[in-house]
Amino acid sequence: MIKKHTQIKMNNNLTITIINILLNLIDVLCIVLPVLLSVAFMTIIERKQLAAHQRRVGPNIVGYYGLLQPFADALKLILKETIIPSQSNKVLFFLAPISTLIFSLLGWGIIPFGQGLALSDFSLGILYTLALSSLGVYGVLLAGWSANSKYAFLGSLRSTAAMISYELILSSAILIIILLTGSLNYNTIIEIQQSVWFIIPLLPVFIFYFIAILAETSRTPFDLQEAESELVAGFFTEHSSVPFVYFFLGEYSSIVLFSCITAILFLGGYNLPEVFVNNSIINLQSIILGLKTCIFCFFFVWFRATLPRLRYDQLIELCWLNLLPVCVAFIILIPSILVSFDLVPF
Amino acid sequence: MRVPRTWLPTGVAPRIPLNLVASSPRAALVARRLLSSTAPARAEPIHHHDPLMSDLEAKVHRKKHEHPHLFDAKGNEIDPYKGGPSAIDKAVHLFFFTEIIRGMWVVLEQFFREPYTIMYPFEKGPLSPRFRGEHALRRYPSGEERCIACKLCEAICPAQAITIESEARMDGSRRTTKYDIDMTKCIYCGFCQEACPVDAIVETQNQEFATETREELLYNKEKLLANGDRAEAEIAANLYADHVYR
Repeated sequence: MIKKHTQIKMNNNLTITIINILLNLIDVLCIVLPVLLSVAFMTIIERKQLAAHQRRVGPNIVGYYGLLQPFADALKLILKETIIPSQSNKVLFFLAPISTLIFSLLGWGIIPFGQGLALSDFSLGILYTLALSSLGVYGVLLAGWSANSKYAFLGSLRSTAAMISYELILSSAILIIILLTGSLNYNTIIEIQQSVWFIIPLLPVFIFYFIAILAETSRTPFDLQEAESELVAGFFTEHSSVPFVYFFLGEYSSIVLFSCITAILFLGGYNLPEVFVNNSIINLQSIILGLKTCIFCFFFVWFRATLPRLRYDQLIELCWLNLLPVCVAFIILIPSILVSFDLVPF
Repeated sequence: MRVPRTWLPTGVAPRIPLNLVASSPRAALVARRLLSSTAPARAEPIHHHDPLMSDLEAKVHRKKHEHPHLFDAKGNEIDPYKGGPSAIDKAVHLFFFTEIIRGMWVVLEQFFREPYTIMYPFEKGPLSPRFRGEHALRRYPSGEERCIACKLCEAICPAQAITIESEARMDGSRRTTKYDIDMTKCIYCGFCQEACPVDAIVETQNQEFATETREELLYNKEKLLANGDRAEAEIAANLYADHVYR
């Protein structure tokens, strides 16, 4: 009798665990599917916007205004042949695109889309983001090395050095925000910006933060790793078909992710002070965050349309000799102001 | 900043200064002068209140008259940096990325303007009467083919795309029995129609003759004559439009 009872209890526990896992999976899907959709549309936004900057019309055949172009592209790429270089390291060759995509998608786990609307309200959210952006280097590194091609190798060498250098600028800029808010949690950072968005007092910091994320996502003017005029396609030269799609998704996902993080850190995330009351059926907070993200996505493409690519030595020099000293100066200046006016938040 | 001037000699006409820091209407006007086919003599000489003079130029010009002691015998400024930007100005421009922001503003302006795109299969751009497209063999109004098999086109063809065979016809005139153009070799230089003494082989304005197989691009005499018959009115009009220049 007792034995049977335990059995039932165990069964119950098992069922609950399974249901919990399923619920978690559904949660994750609820984030990942819209993110992947937004990434798909980011590619079409980029092409249309670049076209508009260059006074062209861009893709306009597939679907209305070419809106279905990314799906056509994806279908085309998936149907293509996966070519594996015979001299490559097969495991790493496939691990690289997968890790790129996974690391850039993992970043969405801690993004608060509204009050209490995050997969995980992680108290060390910013550290998690920085760690993931560091891990993002691995995909590039592995791809460049495993393909056994000189172009891929050169591309990955360039990007590794550049990404590691610019991560310094990125983390320094974020460090200033951490100093101001006294918290590593995204929700706290958003709440603190209720009074004023950080972009206003921290405009210079925002400028070099944005330069750093341009380099982190390896976008023009820092897209040396895929300098198509020199290195064919850079680190993913040898990847075709589905692995290429993974790289593509990973790249654009990190663009949208960083735009989102910028919106959270500098534009007050889902908060729009005193304009909307969030009691409607539609979650206005998420829409506000989305709109703010769009602003920075626009910036990404705008920069691409404007700026030519830097030379490699200029890239490294800009980081270590120009941006880093300014960064350090700000890291000293901001706490000094806080201490001298007795504003330290912790 | 002082930019070295480039002087562009244009014959007897007054020389036009090309100043790199010219303001945009001025640059446009200079470009217009350089590009337009009007005689350069129409360009006006530079005088004191030249509306085309850039701000910098006018400044230097004025300075030359007001403070002649700042200029040496050759008319060059002794210390051109005197009125230049200060170190703070330069630092501000550096730290606030003013150059980049100006560039980005230009790009943003373009974003809000309508595109230049011609929606190709539905809209088409204008074609010159001299456009060199698909070939055609012409006929006289009587229906007699113009080609007299002189083989000048075959001789001049740099890609050796033309093959002609000929023999005497019953009435004693020399005519082609074979007139083949390998359109995959042809480079559309137009030498054949230049060489032709009777305007028989011409290049029409048709550029949309893509085929699915390579063989379809090996044109024979029938195909070329058919092209000519189809586009005769157009060919005649184009030749007429261009005859003044030949």
